[in-house]
Amino acid sequence: MSMTFSTFTFYAFSAILIFAALRVITTRNPVHAALWLVLSFFSAAGIWLMLQAEFLAIALVLVYVGAVMVLFLFVVMMLDVNFEVLRQHFRSYLPIAAAVGALVLFEMALVIVDSAIGHTATAGAPPPAGGNTSALGKLLYVEYVYPFEIAAVVLLVAIVAAIALTQRDPRHRKHQDPSWQVKVRREDRLRILDMPSEKPPA
Amino acid sequence: MALPGAPSLAHYLVLGAILFAISMAGIFLNRRNVIVMLMAIELMLLAVNLNFIAFSRYLDDMAGQVFVFFILTVAAAESAIGLAILVLLFRNTGTIDVEAQGRLRG
Repeated sequence: MSMTFSTFTFYAFSAILIFAALRVITTRNPVHAALWLVLSFFSAAGIWLMLQAEFLAIALVLVYVGAVMVLFLFVVMMLDVNFEVLRQHFRSYLPIAAAVGALVLFEMALVIVDSAIGHTATAGAPPPAGGNTSALGKLLYVEYVYPFEIAAVVLLVAIVAAIALTQRDPRHRKHQDPSWQVKVRREDRLRILDMPSEKPPA
Repeated sequence: MALPGAPSLAHYLVLGAILFAISMAGIFLNRRNVIVMLMAIELMLLAVNLNFIAFSRYLDDMAGQVFVFFILTVAAAESAIGLAILVLLFRNTGTIDVEAQGRLRG
C-alpha cells in the first residue's frame, strides 16, 4: 500500500506531537517545558487542519501559543523558584507515573480496539460551502448563542478573579496618601536641636 | 508501519489516547511542581479536543467543533485563574512544592 501524502503528514505531526509532549513532562527547566508545549500545540493545530477544523486550528495557535503560553512563561520567569529542589524525587516518581500512564493507555486501547478499529467510518462529507469558519460561525451565533454568551461571562469572571486574587492588599501596595501629605505639620519634618554655641577660635 | 493507509478515525483516537496517557503520567511525574502539572492539564485538554474534532469530522457533525470552542474558552479561563492562584501560593508560602502545602489539613 503506497503511503499517501496525508498519511505521511499525519505520522509526521503525530511523531512531533508525542515527542514534544514527552519532553514537556520530563524536561528539567519549566521554561523549556513551556516551549515544548508550544511545539505540541503547533503540531496539534496541524492535525486539526487535516481534520478540516481550520477555525479551531487557528484559534488554538492564537489563543494558546499567543496568550496562554505567554502567561505561563511570565509566571515561570516572575517566580523565583528553585526548580532543582522540586526535582529531587523525580526519579522515584517515575515507576508509578509510568504504571499509571500505561494503565490509562491500556484501558483506552480496550475501548478503541473494541469499537473504533474495523469501524468503517470514512471521512465525512466534503467541507461545507463557504468554509469551516462560516459554518461554525452560523452554528455558534444561531443555535448556540446562549452558551456563547455564557462563555463570554466565564471569561469575564476569569479576568475579575485573576485580578482580585493577585492584587495586593493596601498595606503592601506602594501608594501616596494626599490627605496625609497636606496635613503634614512642621514638627513632622523639621527638628530643631538646641546646641550650645561654640566660640570662634581666637 | 503498524497502521498503514490513509489515517482513519482509529488513528486519531489512538493519538488522543497516547497524548492523554502521557499527560496523566506527567501529573504523577511532576507532582511537586505545580507549573508543569498545569501544563500537563493543558495537554490533557488538547487530547480531549483532538478526540472531539476527529469524531466531528468522521460523524459529520459540527457540534463537536462547537464543544471544542467552549472547551478552549473554559481552559483559557482555568489556566488564568490557576496561574493567579499559583502566584498567590508562591507569595504566601515561598514555594510551589505541592508536598509542602499542608495548611488546609483539618
